[in-house]
Amino acid sequence: MADVVARDVRIAPIGKRASGRSFVRRKSMIAFMMALPLILVIACLVIYPAFYAIHLATLNKSMTKFVGFGNFLFLFKRSTFWMVVEQSVLFAVTAVIFKAVIGFIVAHFVHNIPQKGQRKWRGMLLIPWVIPPAMSTLAWLWLFDPSYSAFNWVFAHLGLPEVPWLGNPYWARAGVILVNVWVGSPFFMIMYLAALKSVPEQLHEAAAIDGANWLQKIWYINLPMMRNIIQITALFSLIVTFANFDIVKILTNGGPVDQTHVFATWSFVLGIWGNDLPLGASVSLFMFPILAVAAILILRNVRKRGNEA
Amino acid sequence: MTTTTAQIGRPAPRAVRYGSISRGQRRALYWSYFFLVLFVIFFLMPPVYMLITSLKSSAEIGAVTNPWWVYHPTLENYTTLLTQKSFLTFFRNSAVVSVLVVSLSMVISVLAAFSLARMKFWGSATLATGVFLTYLIPDTLLFIPLFKIFAWIHDQTGIELINHWWVLIFLYPTLTVPFCTWIMIGYFSSIPKELDEAALIDGAGYMQILTRVFIPVALPGIIAATIFAFTVSWANFLYPLAFTTSEDQLVLPVGIVTTLIKGDVYNWGQIMTGALLGAAPPLIIYAFLMDYYIAGLTAGATKG
Repeated sequence: MADVVARDVRIAPIGKRASGRSFVRRKSMIAFMMALPLILVIACLVIYPAFYAIHLATLNKSMTKFVGFGNFLFLFKRSTFWMVVEQSVLFAVTAVIFKAVIGFIVAHFVHNIPQKGQRKWRGMLLIPWVIPPAMSTLAWLWLFDPSYSAFNWVFAHLGLPEVPWLGNPYWARAGVILVNVWVGSPFFMIMYLAALKSVPEQLHEAAAIDGANWLQKIWYINLPMMRNIIQITALFSLIVTFANFDIVKILTNGGPVDQTHVFATWSFVLGIWGNDLPLGASVSLFMFPILAVAAILILRNVRKRGNEA
Repeated sequence: MTTTTAQIGRPAPRAVRYGSISRGQRRALYWSYFFLVLFVIFFLMPPVYMLITSLKSSAEIGAVTNPWWVYHPTLENYTTLLTQKSFLTFFRNSAVVSVLVVSLSMVISVLAAFSLARMKFWGSATLATGVFLTYLIPDTLLFIPLFKIFAWIHDQTGIELINHWWVLIFLYPTLTVPFCTWIMIGYFSSIPKELDEAALIDGAGYMQILTRVFIPVALPGIIAATIFAFTVSWANFLYPLAFTTSEDQLVLPVGIVTTLIKGDVYNWGQIMTGALLGAAPPLIIYAFLMDYYIAGLTAGATKG
């Protein structure tokens, strides 16, 4: 605010000596008008629906009667709900950890090779992130096909037993995580590679003189230097993974016996297919606490980073 | 550069032996390449497999042969799909929705980012933070209340919003506008103040400063945001699945999933062809504008 005033003082003597104040007012009016479309979009299509979901969750199925916490109490009594909670957390946490580890390792390999080849490798490794997830999940569905699985064909030739990819609950859970890791780890790779580039070379040289090996260099130099980006990326990915819909919907559609449902897919099944919008809204609201915590942590990290720079 | 970076993939020798550094580095390099090849195989396997399957006839897919090889390549699946009226409708719906959403969200977000990054008004700092927070609200939380709101609008005004492809034009901005605004604020804030002060002294209005100074200078950011908006609106699956059902109102991802999979009969050749064609537009844009794409990706979390 202070610099705006200072700038106007500097401009004022040129023409409008007396109208400095109205100039400031006019300027903020124009600024507000320019931001108005954004405010309208956010208010009407994001903020209002988000609060409306809370209201919706307190109604009965035909949306005629207020039932308070009735929908939530109903959910707490269903074993499927607790299974969905468990699977959502398991899915998001496991997938984010794998994505972060793979992204970190691959970023180091890319950083390791000569500069001029890096662009080409980076370009190939980012392809899973570029393909619409719904489309690439179809390819995975075909790779996991019960009778024509291309993986099982390879396994058969290597003398390994056949894997019931999506038929068995445990393999199906592993399968959705695998596909999510495949889609998401290139994003981590790109973020971590950018962070690695900003680690000063002198630190590595000093460590080399002190006789540090590669593991010590990663542990004592790269990890602390990249800490902020590692946290931001992981938290951001946690939000996206927790709210994931496409992969589970196409790959297993929640099956076998609802074992792979996450909040998003289950709320879709209840709300849109089951025609019980309030119940669907109640399920999807359970994503909110985790999203809120992650969002606050990200915001703190981004701010901290802004102050450092 | 090469003196120190090349030591990560190496199985660590316990003691540093002088004179063997260059040999160790070469070995580290070979290991890096070895693992990179493994990861590239893992990352490119599904799209490659899509391509392989799309070139096969149904008879070959059903036969017990090597699934990783095409013995009798044919373009049958491509010609079938590209002459099919419904598939072309999906493509047109997707293209129209994406182009309109991209234009709309870029206009909204560039104007808003300029005003939030430079002009400031009462509450603008809070709004900038708010934009970031709304960008973290996922579509999976919003689709049910939006569905109900649209049904309510129908009851009140008689305008039918559900089951029309153009309703997606109102839905996708919930995903694109906050992110595009957020990264444009980052790019605009990095433009030196002297530049717009000079333009202001020369008598330029705010619109002129935006169009003559900010947009040309921040063009890489604008390209990155445009690519992002396009990719998101092309790829979204949840909104069209929830809001559109008639075959002529579907967009590409949902069209492929719902119409090519009929009951338990999977025509995998066509499904893979459709998936590949659906993935093609983002892939082509990425192939030409990779650097902008990556700049946008890293800017989202680090700028601001």
